[in-house]
Amino acid sequence: RHLEKSAVLQEARIFNETPINPRRCLHILTKILYLLNQGEHFGTTEATEAFFAMTRLFQSNDQTLRRMCYLTIKEMATISEDVIIVTSSLTKDMTGKEDVYRGPAIRALCRITDGTMLQAIERYMKQAIVDKVSGVSSSALVSSLHMMKISHDVVKRWVNEAQEAASSDNIMVQVLPLSHTGCFSVCLCFELCILHLFFLLSNDALCIFITSHESPLFDFIESCLRNKHEMVIYEAASAIIHLPNCTARELAPAVSVLQLFCSSPKPALRYAAVRTLNKVAMKHPSAVTACNLDLENLITDSNRSIATLAITTLLKTGSESSVDRLMKQISSFVSEISDEFKVVVVQAISALCQKYPRKHSVMMTFLSNMLRDDGGFEYKRAIVDCIISIVEENPEGKEAGLAHLCEFIEDCEHTVLATKILHLLGKEGPRTPVPSKYIRFIFNRVVLENEAVRAGYWKFLGYRDMPLLCPLDRCMMDTDDEVRDRATFYLNVLQQRQMALNATYIFNGLTVSVPGMEKALHQYTLEPSEKPFDMKSIPLAMAPVFEQKAEIMFVATKPEKFAPSRQDIFQEQLAAIPEFMDLGPLFKSSEPVQLTEAETEYFVRCVKHVFTNHIVFQFDCTNTLNDQLLEKVTVQMEPSESHEVLCCLPAPSLAYNQPGICYTLVRLPDDDSTAGTNPQEGGERSKNASQLELLTVGANLWFFSKMKYGPVASAIILGNCMVSFFFFPNSHLSFFQNSSPYCTSKVSVFLRDAITLQLKGKILAPPISPGPLG
Amino acid sequence: MAFEKNVFNKTSRTDSEIAFLGGMTIVCKSSTDLFLYVVGSSHENELMLVSVLTCLFESLNHVLRKNVEKRWLLENMDGAFLVLDEIVDGGVILESDPQQVIQKVNFRADDSSLTEQSVAQVLQSAKEQIKWSLLK
Repeated sequence: RHLEKSAVLQEARIFNETPINPRRCLHILTKILYLLNQGEHFGTTEATEAFFAMTRLFQSNDQTLRRMCYLTIKEMATISEDVIIVTSSLTKDMTGKEDVYRGPAIRALCRITDGTMLQAIERYMKQAIVDKVSGVSSSALVSSLHMMKISHDVVKRWVNEAQEAASSDNIMVQVLPLSHTGCFSVCLCFELCILHLFFLLSNDALCIFITSHESPLFDFIESCLRNKHEMVIYEAASAIIHLPNCTARELAPAVSVLQLFCSSPKPALRYAAVRTLNKVAMKHPSAVTACNLDLENLITDSNRSIATLAITTLLKTGSESSVDRLMKQISSFVSEISDEFKVVVVQAISALCQKYPRKHSVMMTFLSNMLRDDGGFEYKRAIVDCIISIVEENPEGKEAGLAHLCEFIEDCEHTVLATKILHLLGKEGPRTPVPSKYIRFIFNRVVLENEAVRAGYWKFLGYRDMPLLCPLDRCMMDTDDEVRDRATFYLNVLQQRQMALNATYIFNGLTVSVPGMEKALHQYTLEPSEKPFDMKSIPLAMAPVFEQKAEIMFVATKPEKFAPSRQDIFQEQLAAIPEFMDLGPLFKSSEPVQLTEAETEYFVRCVKHVFTNHIVFQFDCTNTLNDQLLEKVTVQMEPSESHEVLCCLPAPSLAYNQPGICYTLVRLPDDDSTAGTNPQEGGERSKNASQLELLTVGANLWFFSKMKYGPVASAIILGNCMVSFFFFPNSHLSFFQNSSPYCTSKVSVFLRDAITLQLKGKILAPPISPGPLG
Repeated sequence: MAFEKNVFNKTSRTDSEIAFLGGMTIVCKSSTDLFLYVVGSSHENELMLVSVLTCLFESLNHVLRKNVEKRWLLENMDGAFLVLDEIVDGGVILESDPQQVIQKVNFRADDSSLTEQSVAQVLQSAKEQIKWSLLK
């Protein structure tokens, strides 16, 4: 039947007609309820209209119609407005003569009552709870249970009535309130009630009730194990299992009962039993071994959930000799079980691997088969983690594990997993007898995979084999910025061929916390200072950043102006140039950086002057050729999209050995202001929405940027000291966008040289801190 | 609706009576062309869920005159709603005895097409109706 909401609501107009036709109205109400249950959305207006129309139907005495009205009230309670208008009708019904109406009316009433109204109907509720008619009483009690969520205090006052109800003869209504937890529970029989109670109690509360196994409560529970109702028996067994600090002896009767259930013809009973035994096996595997035979029978159960649980329990309680047999049985049906169960099985296997390390080959075969099958991310991840733990902990299983993982990444759609495995290969590969066989896999991944994987590749540089440097060269031409950056950096380090360098730059990570570093750097950029940035001011990686606020001891002192500082001199010089007069105060001037090598025809040094919205590049040029005169010398700069070269002031002429200066003025993009507020980009994941975004991290080379294609700062860190801090106003990342890699050689050369210089300086002497450039 | 579809797909094939999906325990009963499910959290007593399911099935059986089929269910949806209302209220089990439920619901399926019934049955149901109205 295809029902259309608007048509049905249209039909509902007949509710307003008199006389009421019960049959037709019933039919329409049913359709409305059906639509609601199917998840059809009702807007507030139309819901309210329908609701009000429905209230007319109270005039009819048709029982079924009235009952359906109650149902409609309940369903519409949350989507219609002004539902409380039916309160009086409902209270009339619940105290009326028609017993059939009373229970349902109470339940409907409580659905529409909010906290403010509750006190008004309190009197009726209390009366209803102790009513002799069981349907009324139980309805009232159940409703009270729901009302607890709305108004705990008011309902608590009804405890006395509830206790009175509990002592009634009627089996169907037994309620045990617990004032301190405020729970009610409507159960089928008294024993069940009490037992169910234990589930509702927290562990602490439970301990208060049962202080020792000699307590009468425990005896009661144990006696329930002999009750005639299966449900009670099961509940009792379950309660015993969940008791904290239960000894094996106390568990024994519960376990034997569960054992009996394992051979029950009812699937639900078998399922319940095996699930509970599984829980027991986690803490007391020895207590469950008595059931091993029954559990083994369940492996072939037609219900897969039962079979899986049986096997995972056996895996916890089984002996080493049974592992082979069990694994074979699992593999036969693992493809049929749901992903959640698959993860459960893998976790059980993982625990087993640690318990019986000699069985790794059997497990490994099984795990690799599972890897090849279809499955979701969580499932595959569980398997990969399991294999990794075998590789890391079990030397005999290492090669097989690595081989399986290599095979997996050839065809793996999950980047996270592929990267993880590549990291592992890098770490563990060198420790294998023939590491070179993994190179092929790694190389293929580098060539074929996406950026994240390629970037993650850089961890394997523990290999000393030269052939590895070839893929490095390829990566220099990669289309992705991050990959290229890392490649360039690592290539440089490796080419130095110094183990000490490799150690510091590649293997050792940064020990300070990244967010802390960001914060500290940001602070630094806000205030000019003569001191270079001190890495020691950054808190270590262990402690979370928000605790460290008090400890970031950044000393921001204005430089004393007794003698003109270098910066002051620059400021004066620049202010004298007409084009630079309007730039505002000079924030910072960098140290000079050589842009050329010593043997070239000209020698260029660059000093960067950072203003609020601009940067002035001062190029100190010297002509080294004695037979040439250079005229109108400018340095070409290729800005990124958001930066604008405003003007270039050439050095008019450069005679031999006479330094001259040419300038280039670049405007920074508007939101690049160092005095700006934190930009909250949509969906920003990091809680510290600082202006510096960490772009990429080599082991010791960090690139920060305010925007991806904006100015970039990079820091070279050695141990806990920052050797230098570069600030590139034009993002070197954007330079790499050109199609031909060679035309960007200028900047890449600059980058490489800058780094090389730094490295050279480092190796020979303690950190010289040449100072930040700006 | 997505959850329901998922459950149906997973359980209808293997004809299982109890399953664990999406962190919840599900018990299932099928009859002709209908599948009945009761869903509970994994902390619930599975046997309790089964008793609810049984109660539901028995009650519907009575209401629909032993024809627990899709067609009859749709015809008598209101009765089905009332039955459900008597068994569970907002997640709390009210009743698990089918007899009690039937008594409270007091509903019988519509004898919609006379041709499907014998005359005797019609007379019988007419008599019952009169009896009830006299008692009121």
